[in-house]
Amino acid sequence: MAGGVSSSSYYSSSIMETLFQRTLEDLIKGLRLQLIGESAFVSKAIEEIRREVKSTDPHTKSTALQKLSYLASLHFHDMSWAAFHVVEVMSSSRFSHKRIGYHAASLSFHDDTPVLLLITNQLRKDLASTNEFEVSLALECLSRISTPDLARDLTPEIFTLLSTTKIFVRKKAISVVLRVFAKYPDAVRVCFKRLVENLDNSDPQILAAVVGVFCELASQDPGSYLPLAPEFYRILVDSKNNWVLIKVLKIFAKLAPLEPRLAKRVVEPICDHMRRTGAKSLMFECIRTVVSSFSEYESAVKLAVVKIRELLVDDDPNLKYLGLQALSVIAPKHLWAVLENKEVVIKWLSDEDPNIKLECLRLVMAMVSESNVVEISRVLVTYSLKSDPGFCNEILGSILCTCSRNAYEIIVDFDWYVSLLGEMSRIPHCQKGDEIENQLIDMGMRVKDVRPELLQVARGLLIDPALLGNPFLHRILAAAAWVSGEYIEFSRNPFELMEALLQPRTSLLPLSVRAVYIHSAFKVLIFCLHSYILQSESMTSSFPDNLVLGVSELVLKRNMLEGSDLTTCEAPSAHCSEGFNPSNQSYEDLSIENGGDRTINHGQTSTPAFSENIFTYDSIINLINQVELALGPFTGSHDAEVFERTRHILCFIELIKGEITECLVQKGKTLESEEMKASKIIKLISDAFSEELGPVSVSAQQRVPIPEGLLLKENLDDLETICADFQVPASNLFSLGSPYYGEEVGVSPFGLQNKEESEPSNEATSLLTEHRKLHGLYYLAPEKNEIVGNDYPPANEPKLQVNPKNDTEDLVKLTVQSLATNKKPNHAKTRPVVVKLDEGDLVTITAKRPETKDDLVSGAVREVLVGSDTRTATSQRNPSDKSSSKRSKRKGKEKLNVDCSELKENLGDSEKLKHENPSSRKNKHSINGKERRHKSTGKIGEEGEENGQKGKQKSSHRHARHKASHRADAPLNVVSQTPVIPDFLL
Amino acid sequence: MIRAVMVMNTQGKPRLAKFYDSVPVDKQQELIRSVFGVLCSRAENVSNFVEADSIFGPDSRLVYKHYATLYFLAMLDLIQVLVETLDKCFKNVCELDLVFNYSKIHTILDEIFFGGQVLETSSTEVMKAVEEISKLESASNSITLSQVCFWLAGSIACVFR
Repeated sequence: MAGGVSSSSYYSSSIMETLFQRTLEDLIKGLRLQLIGESAFVSKAIEEIRREVKSTDPHTKSTALQKLSYLASLHFHDMSWAAFHVVEVMSSSRFSHKRIGYHAASLSFHDDTPVLLLITNQLRKDLASTNEFEVSLALECLSRISTPDLARDLTPEIFTLLSTTKIFVRKKAISVVLRVFAKYPDAVRVCFKRLVENLDNSDPQILAAVVGVFCELASQDPGSYLPLAPEFYRILVDSKNNWVLIKVLKIFAKLAPLEPRLAKRVVEPICDHMRRTGAKSLMFECIRTVVSSFSEYESAVKLAVVKIRELLVDDDPNLKYLGLQALSVIAPKHLWAVLENKEVVIKWLSDEDPNIKLECLRLVMAMVSESNVVEISRVLVTYSLKSDPGFCNEILGSILCTCSRNAYEIIVDFDWYVSLLGEMSRIPHCQKGDEIENQLIDMGMRVKDVRPELLQVARGLLIDPALLGNPFLHRILAAAAWVSGEYIEFSRNPFELMEALLQPRTSLLPLSVRAVYIHSAFKVLIFCLHSYILQSESMTSSFPDNLVLGVSELVLKRNMLEGSDLTTCEAPSAHCSEGFNPSNQSYEDLSIENGGDRTINHGQTSTPAFSENIFTYDSIINLINQVELALGPFTGSHDAEVFERTRHILCFIELIKGEITECLVQKGKTLESEEMKASKIIKLISDAFSEELGPVSVSAQQRVPIPEGLLLKENLDDLETICADFQVPASNLFSLGSPYYGEEVGVSPFGLQNKEESEPSNEATSLLTEHRKLHGLYYLAPEKNEIVGNDYPPANEPKLQVNPKNDTEDLVKLTVQSLATNKKPNHAKTRPVVVKLDEGDLVTITAKRPETKDDLVSGAVREVLVGSDTRTATSQRNPSDKSSSKRSKRKGKEKLNVDCSELKENLGDSEKLKHENPSSRKNKHSINGKERRHKSTGKIGEEGEENGQKGKQKSSHRHARHKASHRADAPLNVVSQTPVIPDFLL
Repeated sequence: MIRAVMVMNTQGKPRLAKFYDSVPVDKQQELIRSVFGVLCSRAENVSNFVEADSIFGPDSRLVYKHYATLYFLAMLDLIQVLVETLDKCFKNVCELDLVFNYSKIHTILDEIFFGGQVLETSSTEVMKAVEEISKLESASNSITLSQVCFWLAGSIACVFR
């Protein structure tokens, strides 16, 4: 009702407006009644406010603004449109209006608010007000909205307030300094000394404020505040205020690692506090300080662990949680502390509090080592089955992360780990598909001894139709499909795998995964056909071959003979393994380094695996028909990958089908005599597929020589400016991809070849170096090219043998030689070889730290405290600061009254400090002047000196002298200058 | 640094929200919603800390408290100070007090937190300041204290880095 009246009375007198205006309380009550719905009510209210805020009556205007602030703050209504009205209300002379204005300003103004330019004078006026509450309003507002301009222009006022006698204002002035420094680093030169003086203040409120400011400053760049250590030490020992103590502890946690002598000094008082205090917050802060920054002090750590234990057994979940957190901080350096509390940690793994559970999990993972990883993972996986989905995935994630760390460092039994991954995949809540996928493939490539088991796991996953329905598993299934295609030679029953790959429920898979399935089916098909052909070949030649077989191959021989027997009974038999066949020499050659696998394979094939003959004519024809049938529908697929792969496989079948059937019709006849096109094709493709995929380093590109005739420089020259700061992404992915990498790896002169090959590689090296010289820009940063466990061949090396028609003769030579020098893997090793690639490279890429204002603040602080020549650096870095400081000085001069004369002098100093080539005398003079002035600053300063405390005052004076003498000599390097700590601490 | 202070009821309605970084209003709303989402998913009698990296960016932590029990850790202490002050100010503070005394609550808040720093940890000092400010204001504005009392059901949260 009131709203209605006020809207109708818009043009009437201001008294009427005031009388009938809805107050904030009315607004809130209306909102609570919600007669017309909240949003409708709010928009109606906003409409009213828009009218009222234009009123000439200050009361109406401020009430409208108050309502608007309320709606902006709690109903998230934009109020940037009212910025100008905010300024109007801020300038009201009545406190209650002013307050509303300031509140609205700190709520809604931000760096880009245009009217900010208008409030500088208002703020200056209020900062100088005699009413401390008005000053406080302005300070509060400044702490929230200060911009570089405001900070610069108001620095003189804040400087004055830093030593006001009104505690209420002074503490706020101290706090606001933080924001001012951040926005306008040059303010440090003006205000820092006064700020430091406040550390000596006996008033607890002042002390709390100033310690809070230093705590924040020190967290950004602790080094600059080392010279203040004596002050902080005094507070640490003397203060009775827990809040202040906590802040001081935080400061020391930052300072101690920088200066061992300081750490030695403060560790005892910290332990005292830890022993004595009854406040848990202070005790925890002591613990945290010790475990994070004093971990070398045995006795302190022991005490902290005792206290942590107290927290751990407390009933309060907060204390438990914090205790666990402290443990996880200390775990990397003092694992014993965790082990001591093992039972508690494991017990709370099943706590109801998710924080505590998570923290326990981290600690459990910290305890994992080579010896207990199997046991712990077993327990955790079992436990994850009982947990809620979120925590279950946390557990799985941390197992995956811990086990794969540093190329599976802690895994000895890879067969176990692979089957664990298989088991994890079947956990109902498992959402770690991507990670499991990566690890399955990664291990397949890195650890060849694990491949048979890997295939078994993959088989288990593929043949289970139930898994296809779970979208979280699709990535895992893709990996399983890839494994089954890639390592099919370890399979006991390829037909079964083919069936699994083509099962109808694969329609549930996304197309990208189906493409992998189809491609794997292709590999399996080729494998079967190839095995069949070999087998047929062997049938004709096996008898004579078998007769000359060595005694060592008795088992095989027996199988062969059986096979041959069966053959005569019109049931062709074979043992599919490549290792089996003596006439398989050409294939064998293709992957010499596969010898190790073969050995394993022998063992497997002689076990009952293939006691039945599987590669029969019928089975092959069935297989082909099955593939054709299943893939037929995909010829119309819209997905390029699926379509293309389907076409590949179907065209291939088309190509060979006629001949296969033909030749199979005349089964029993020799195949080798007929130079069949089909068998040749099959052999070639099989050769291509049997190509071993190794991990490819992210930096592989670096080793790729530029093909002849490719002119990179010409067109890309002007990219130099753009690419100058380009950095390689630090991803740890391994490309599964193109076999062509292999050739290039082969040519690489780094690390892979031995000395014998130096001749040809030298050539390549010199070419490369030359090229590098020319096109240095396009090379990635040089790497530490180490291959750990280098008895494993580089990726795809044998490719060259498969396809010997290479462009350059060099490549062939190199590769042959590098192959010759390869050693066979040593199977006596307990832990299989894990291929690592230039791991170091990935870690070393560190982000370039951008130059921030913090640096400027620290620079200024160093200058003030230590008197190093940082100033040159700062002013050089930021030439605009100079002019701005000049401006502020000018303004300061205009405004300053007698009280501020001191400031004027100070500003003058800072101005002088900026001169690049000061004469020593002049500077000494100015420094002396400063000192004199300091002595007369007031009681605080004098006391500090009279007490003979070698506190900040004195030290800073000493440094000031330092500065003067240094400057007389030569400008100093900033970096080499280390902050000096007064002898007191040393 | 404290990034934000929020008071909200059990339905997730904000009763007080102050952000010390500059955050646009729609983002504020989103943040408050996600904070409420986190808080109401947590059981009672669990610890009062939430790692809030996903909501407020890296290294931030949410400390919250359902107003009822007592804990003694620094941030929680602060929340305690805030509630104590509110309690003194409104003689047994209830949600309605927060609803109706927008301006006064901000006065209290501003005395305790200052630009993301903690300024005052003694509720007596805060009270002194608040009373004086109220006196100054009362020339034109009178604050009516609501007599309806029910216990503040909801939570107070501080986000800090």
